[in-house]
Amino acid sequence: MARDQLHQSHFRRRKLKNLWMQFLMTLATVIAIGPLLMVFFHIVALGLPSLNFSFFTELPAPTGEVGGGMGNAILGSLVMIAMASLICIPVGIGAGVFLAEFPRGSIPRTLRLVIDLLASLPSIVVGLYVYAVLVVPMKSFSAWAGTWALGILMVPIVVKTTEEVLRLLPFHYREAGLALGLSRWRVICSIVLRSRRKAILTGIFLALARIAGETAPLLITAFGNRNWPSGLGEPMASLPVQIYNYAISPFEDWHRQAWAGAFTLVSLVFALNLISRALMTSGGTRGGELGG
Amino acid sequence: MNLGVQMGGEELSLEKVSAFFGKKEIVKSVSFDVANREVMALIGPSGCGKSTLLRCINRLHEETPGAWVRGRIQLKNLDIYGPAVDPVEIRSHIGMVFQKPNPFPGFSIFENVVAGLTIRGVRKRSYLADVAERSLRAAALWDEVKDILKAPGLSLSGGQQQRLCIARAIAVNPSLLLMDEPTSALDPISTAKIEELLFDLKKNVTILIVTHNLQQAARISDQVAFMYLGDLVEVGSTAQIFTKPTNVQTENYITGRFG
Amino acid sequence: MMFLQGRFLPVAVQKKSEVRSSDLAFLMALRGLALILILGFTSIVFFLYFQSRPLIAQEGLSFFWGREWSPADNRFGALPFIYGTLVTSALALLLASPVAVGSALFLTVLAPHWLRRPTAFLIEMLAAIPSVVYGLWGIFMIVPLVRTFQVDLQNVVGDVPLFSGPPLGVGFLAAGLILAIMILPTIASVCREVFGAVPTVNFEAALTLGATRWEALRMAVLRASVPGILTAVTLGLGRALGETMAVTMLVGNRAVISPSLNSVGATMASIIANEYPEAASDLHLSALTAVGLALFVISLLVNLGARWIGTFYRRKMGF
Repeated sequence: MARDQLHQSHFRRRKLKNLWMQFLMTLATVIAIGPLLMVFFHIVALGLPSLNFSFFTELPAPTGEVGGGMGNAILGSLVMIAMASLICIPVGIGAGVFLAEFPRGSIPRTLRLVIDLLASLPSIVVGLYVYAVLVVPMKSFSAWAGTWALGILMVPIVVKTTEEVLRLLPFHYREAGLALGLSRWRVICSIVLRSRRKAILTGIFLALARIAGETAPLLITAFGNRNWPSGLGEPMASLPVQIYNYAISPFEDWHRQAWAGAFTLVSLVFALNLISRALMTSGGTRGGELGG
Repeated sequence: MNLGVQMGGEELSLEKVSAFFGKKEIVKSVSFDVANREVMALIGPSGCGKSTLLRCINRLHEETPGAWVRGRIQLKNLDIYGPAVDPVEIRSHIGMVFQKPNPFPGFSIFENVVAGLTIRGVRKRSYLADVAERSLRAAALWDEVKDILKAPGLSLSGGQQQRLCIARAIAVNPSLLLMDEPTSALDPISTAKIEELLFDLKKNVTILIVTHNLQQAARISDQVAFMYLGDLVEVGSTAQIFTKPTNVQTENYITGRFG
Repeated sequence: MMFLQGRFLPVAVQKKSEVRSSDLAFLMALRGLALILILGFTSIVFFLYFQSRPLIAQEGLSFFWGREWSPADNRFGALPFIYGTLVTSALALLLASPVAVGSALFLTVLAPHWLRRPTAFLIEMLAAIPSVVYGLWGIFMIVPLVRTFQVDLQNVVGDVPLFSGPPLGVGFLAAGLILAIMILPTIASVCREVFGAVPTVNFEAALTLGATRWEALRMAVLRASVPGILTAVTLGLGRALGETMAVTMLVGNRAVISPSLNSVGATMASIIANEYPEAASDLHLSALTAVGLALFVISLLVNLGARWIGTFYRRKMGF
């Protein structure tokens, strides 16, 4: 009898604990989403009203003056991202193909490790590296240096998705090509890569979304510029760096423009992410861990 | 909630039990009784609802989103879908063994066996050791593992793992044991060991076993229930079902014409 | 077969040697590319070391426990930044890990199905927001909030060591908070994957033993996921260590070692971003690069650690 009562009270405690823990887990989810909703809200509430046509087309106003825009920074970002893509997407796809099609041996093993480590490298370290390799010999901050920094950050993402999606391709596709008497490289280029081009694009858009917001490496490579881009050997403004400079400035109007810049940047990054997701679903294959 | 007052007689009684996933009726108004310390085998082609029916009995079915149950299930004198009944409480009186052996990862053999007790707050080492030995002996595993109780449960072979799961299920002293094709993932030798084990287990516990294997049903059960497309087609003693089934579908199934 | 090939696919037969040589060239090109990437990566160490040599020549290894950082006097000690990195990262892990694990559990086990994917998507979107935007948001939203908290706390409990000093808003506490928000999606999404990999029958088996849902979660899901959770947290740590812009904008950027979370300070990454563009002397640049080299090595070790956890548990603990 006493034992039974003991059992009953213990059972009640367990049930209470069960409810309490379930409540905590729900609460954790709310806490996790809370900041996101707040960030969204503030970016839209403060960024959208500050947007106007001249923000996209004009140069920054001289220090302390009201008005002007981030036209040069937006253009600079686009130029450097485009250049980085041109150089580094082929490199990334090539390395991805190498890892997927010739996976055995010590070189692929080392490369895989290197790519994993590169993916987790703090981006500021990449900035320091490019500074040492390019800025020091050229004796000047430059758009080239910014381009390389962004490119290095793109490579691991492109390599990883390319390798992953090529591995998902059943081997009989390759056999079908080889049975036609095609050489291995023709099979890879015209069958393997072609049939997976959408999934590979997924990785490219993910990489673009990642580098579009990179600030720290650009700060110490491309630096910044108050004028329109004039050459790749010159320092070049970029949207994230401009947001940073305006955010830490003491001027109200620059804060306003920083929010407008943040709105533009976040819209761009989300658009790239959504395109990547859309490609993933339409590509018909699970393209990686971001599938959830 | 006092079970185990009435000894003998009906252990389990199902009355017009239907199980649903959303609007889809998987089990259609099934009724039968299982007597105390009897082995009842549920047979039927795959997808006939026998596993779902099993999962209704320990209220596991309702854990799947969109799943619900209608009808009345009584364990001894207790309506397990009664309003005052807590599924957690009811489950502690009903053991279950699954198709694939599933010892908890990260748990030692010993911890696996006594898992049902430790969640109830039993901490006394000597008592736990006692229960572990008794359960492992009952599951015919003691001699093989008595020296490696601290080894991970997952380090055992498939057949041993399944017997470990049986030990885990009977360690909490259930009056009813549900088994969902417990040998379908095992090799013939392990299967034979588990079948042998069932003969000993039924001295203390009522067993409801889902099986695909008709020979197995014939060997181990006292009663057989044949299900087809969610309906209970026929239920009767094992001898009767396998020698002179009254229903033509049952006959076709046990003679291997379909399934 | 040979006959058929010869008849219908003469090209393939005739060019067999050519096929082989073009394949070989292709493989060699890819292999060359791989070697360039591997060499490029190793050259990071080399270049960073080369750049930091003047500093290492002056200060030696005592650089890493020197407490004084004063570029104007050519005095360089990196301890304040190592300390700042540890404090902010630890704070972020402490705040983010339970929330991330809890929300991942909710989203894999408890939440109704229609809620799971949209919520997981929202949390993953947190990871896509650029660091500089978090910094901007932090300056105008987190800092005032933290300042109010600090003032109120000092009014209520007085001067405790952990929260002593002027309530500035910027400092370790604000930086730790923003880091927590930023690493949360990383930890949560790895955890979600880990929990999702636990078979449902394990959870159900625990339920059939008479466990409540929480007990079943703890027994069948959480305990099986210990190595996965540790990996997730380590990956979160890796991200926190290297996070630059948001921290630079919120931490105050002063070489200070203080036990108070109210204090301003600097992390290894933040001091580089803050001082590098305007560093005047070569020695100063060199010192900042040495900080970067240390950051590089630490983040390598943390990430190798994350890989090692999985292997360790598989081998030793029977997962």
